[in-house]
Amino acid sequence: MPEIKVDDSKCKGCYICIEACPKKCIEISKEFSKSGYYPVKYTGTDCIGCQQCARICPDLAIEVYK
Amino acid sequence: MQLLNKRPESLVDMKMHYCPGCSHGIIHRLVAEVMDELDIRNRTIGIAPVGCSVFADKYFNCDMIQGPHGRGPAIATGLKRTTPGAIVFSYQGDGDLASIGMAEIVHTAIRSENITVIYVNNAIYGMTGGQMAPTTLIGQKATTCPHGRDAKLTGDPIKMSEMLATIEGAKYIERTSVHTAPNVIKTKNAIKKAFENQINNGGFSMVEILSTCPTNWKLDPVKSLKYVNDNMTKVFPLGVYKDSKGGE
Ligand SMILES: Cc1ncc(C[n+]2csc(CCOP(=O)(O)OP(=O)(O)O)c2C)c(N)n1
Ligand code: SF4
Ligand code: SF4
Ligand code: SF4
Ligand SMILES: [Mg+2]
Repeated sequence: MPEIKVDDSKCKGCYICIEACPKKCIEISKEFSKSGYYPVKYTGTDCIGCQQCARICPDLAIEVYK
Repeated sequence: MQLLNKRPESLVDMKMHYCPGCSHGIIHRLVAEVMDELDIRNRTIGIAPVGCSVFADKYFNCDMIQGPHGRGPAIATGLKRTTPGAIVFSYQGDGDLASIGMAEIVHTAIRSENITVIYVNNAIYGMTGGQMAPTTLIGQKATTCPHGRDAKLTGDPIKMSEMLATIEGAKYIERTSVHTAPNVIKTKNAIKKAFENQINNGGFSMVEILSTCPTNWKLDPVKSLKYVNDNMTKVFPLGVYKDSKGGE
């Protein structure tokens, strides 16, 4: 199953990846990151590995695996 | 598990200083991916502008020069003429390219210097805190037009792609946007064409990329993408404005 990994040290909490994900499988984390943002995380289900999130992420914070 | 999106080698692995949701980061990544794919990193020289992308020289993993405001195309001219084997690109904002650097970009196109220009149009002076740019939309608020830009007072937004396309020496001009993932792919293809044109000695090429400045637009990053779609693309229509790539 495809999945994404988010690098908390790079994510700036802009949430445009959430908007871009066709499967709505990215959510805001409740944990505050060291850089001072609420980063995003994978919901854990439904990722199809389309990479739309990674394409729109300005901070190269998302890795997509298949 | 296989990683589908490897970080491009042409971008240094470090955190960039841009504000959350700023399109500069996306555009940096695309230029780096193209350098990787064309295998030109070791002979590419980039020119960082004055503007929020002033530190682009730290981020791109190729030779870089940081030039005075608006003068990127003049520096690129000198570099390309003295080092013809190098691939030379100038990365510029709209304040940089369409205001203080207007003369340089126009004459560089007229001479059809064989360089690639990446023109990042966010309709504002980002770095200096959100003053009106030549590209600011009618009605758009900026610190120097707090009630919105008024054409009667400051004219209409300058459309650089349309203007430069009228110049014989301008060989490839396209305007794209990065407000959705499919548009990001189109932008990467345009950037690739612009570099390929230079590799083929095709003459002057420029990609104008509509981009966000959530901080100075005072919109959150998601609303900023919508602003590009609903407002900017109306004033700055996307598309190929010139494609008469010559070359050898
Ligand atoms: C010769 C000179 N004039 C003016 C400035 C001040 N200045 C710095 S950045 C900038 C405009 C930046 O806007 P833009 O090129 O659109 O880049 P952005 O920050 O929006 O990406 C200006 C006017 C300067 N640094 N040097
Ligand atoms: S790869 Fe596609 S489906 Fe998976 S999280 Fe990213 S945008 Fe969503
Ligand atoms: S687009 Fe990138 S930086 Fe923005 S919230 Fe998503 S992972 Fe974080
Ligand atoms: S001020 Fe605007 S252009 Fe500059 S980094 Fe922030 S969002 Fe980007
Ligand atoms: Mg600007």
